[in-house]
Amino acid sequence: MTFDGVPGLLEVKESYGETTVVVETARLAEACEYLRDELGFDFLADITPTDYLGWGTRGVAGYVGTAAGRDLNAPGSQGYARLPEPKPARFSVNYHLLALREGAPRVRVQVWVEDGEPVPTVIRVWPTADWHEREAWDMMGIAIEGHPNLTRILMDEDWEGHPLRKDYPLGGEPVRFTGAE
Amino acid sequence: MAVTERRALDPDVYKAPPQYEGTKIPYPVPSVREVPEELRDSDDVMQVNFGPNHPSTHGVLRLVVDLRGEEVLGLRAVVGYVHTGFEKTMEHKQWWKAITYPERIDYVAYQHNELVFVLAIEKLLGMEVPPKATWMRTLLTELNRIHSHLVWVGTSGLELGAISMFWYAFRERDAILDLFELVSGYRMHTRYFQAGGLAEEIPAGFYPECRKFLEWMPKAVDDYESLLTANAIYLERTRGVGVISAADAVALGLSGPNLRASGVDWDLRKREPYLAYREVDFSVPVAPEGDVYARFAVRLEEMRQSVRIAAQCLDRLEEMEGEPWIADDRKVVLPPREELHTSMESLIHHFKIVTEGYRVPEGEVYVPIESPRGELGCYLVSDGGPKPWRVKFRAPSFLATAAAPTMVGGTLVADLIAVVASLDGVMGEVDR
Repeated sequence: MTFDGVPGLLEVKESYGETTVVVETARLAEACEYLRDELGFDFLADITPTDYLGWGTRGVAGYVGTAAGRDLNAPGSQGYARLPEPKPARFSVNYHLLALREGAPRVRVQVWVEDGEPVPTVIRVWPTADWHEREAWDMMGIAIEGHPNLTRILMDEDWEGHPLRKDYPLGGEPVRFTGAE
Repeated sequence: MAVTERRALDPDVYKAPPQYEGTKIPYPVPSVREVPEELRDSDDVMQVNFGPNHPSTHGVLRLVVDLRGEEVLGLRAVVGYVHTGFEKTMEHKQWWKAITYPERIDYVAYQHNELVFVLAIEKLLGMEVPPKATWMRTLLTELNRIHSHLVWVGTSGLELGAISMFWYAFRERDAILDLFELVSGYRMHTRYFQAGGLAEEIPAGFYPECRKFLEWMPKAVDDYESLLTANAIYLERTRGVGVISAADAVALGLSGPNLRASGVDWDLRKREPYLAYREVDFSVPVAPEGDVYARFAVRLEEMRQSVRIAAQCLDRLEEMEGEPWIADDRKVVLPPREELHTSMESLIHHFKIVTEGYRVPEGEVYVPIESPRGELGCYLVSDGGPKPWRVKFRAPSFLATAAAPTMVGGTLVADLIAVVASLDGVMGEVDR
């Protein structure tokens, strides 16, 4: 199968036996429509946003170290053997597609956005995107554009922040009710 | 009990009218059924909350229902009441310590969640798993599939008033939990799968006990047929209720038994065989009707097929006496306990894995398996460190719950309960 005809195609990557098609964010809906109608990817399995804030700067658990490797001034420190590949933007949004036919071909469509940059909705292409996109907004703060009902889904409606972002602390839960009030 | 000869999937038990033409998916929001325009201001329409803590909601689910008399005009599902942030927590745990978390996401089909996470780690590591571990994983996940369907058939029968069904189903469920306890020491949340294989050797005495259960189970399924398939009330409550067409089911991302009950022959165990499914002989039950009854019939037959698969796994495992149950990769797998007393190398490896964890190569993977609820996917991103960068589970219950409003337009409120129950949503998995 060739992905040359996908509108807004930026890159086709192969790793771990999986194909990733990187497309322009603005032409995402168009690309998805092409994949569904021309290449037969009729089943949207999943939408997953990922936050890459701080990618490649993290130390190793239990040791004092730098991202690039051993810190010579701190004996016993240890870093990565090599730094991970840099990413083009802070967030990736991944659409895992499946074609319900012989051989069960799968493809991952990927777009890259900065904080607050809009991502067009694919709800007109696959209605199942409804809750996935609400979750992407709720958990990661991806600004889905054109969704008819973009509200929080797992957190409360008046919740502040997006819990799965890397700058949202673990256990960063505000106290909702106190005895003082 | 008098055993019926009728089988739920037999075409003469029930021939449904053909699925509807066109689409029933609500517009513009696929997961919200709105009251028709002309009835919005009517005094006859009443909005009622089902849940979050109603006994007929299969967990903590809130349904906002618009009723005119007993007729359901609008429906919206509100979820998130048991959101626990598993995905966030797992980002802060080492790979091997994170394995305990996925099991708690879907607390009915726990071994499937555990398996998909372990398979994804193994894919990133490029690890070979010994055949004994693969066959044991297949066996246990099939037992877990029976367990999950038993909980479903028991509770969904309960919601339609078939109380005795619940006790029969939980009798067999308990036998499965005994088997899990025998293998891993825990009845639920077994944490028996490990990157590279199994956590421990399969204990002596498991095979004969499991064999006994597999001989008993098909007779138990015949009992369920007598209780439900031959039960006129049950048939009246489920036939032709909550119909969804094949096209709508695919568009809404339904998977597993829900999709097969709409006539789509799609099972990842056949289409993208993982574990040992390429080598076992089984069939995939499909029903064309797309109603609540079809979803019941498919799951009932799946239990029989799971017994078949499990028996074949048992045959193979019994020939594998003395074979390794975990890969011999000292950078990932804990060394055998007895070596720690004699080998410095093993002690160092043990210490490094326990304190620091193993490193998983950089990359992203998506691994799908067929859980009892459908396509369960695990998307992992690793930056090459000892902890996952991102973990995401594609939860089939999440999509099934979102599809409920498509199935209920114009049905009665009592049917709404049947429809929601038939989708087999586990709220822990919906909310993660």
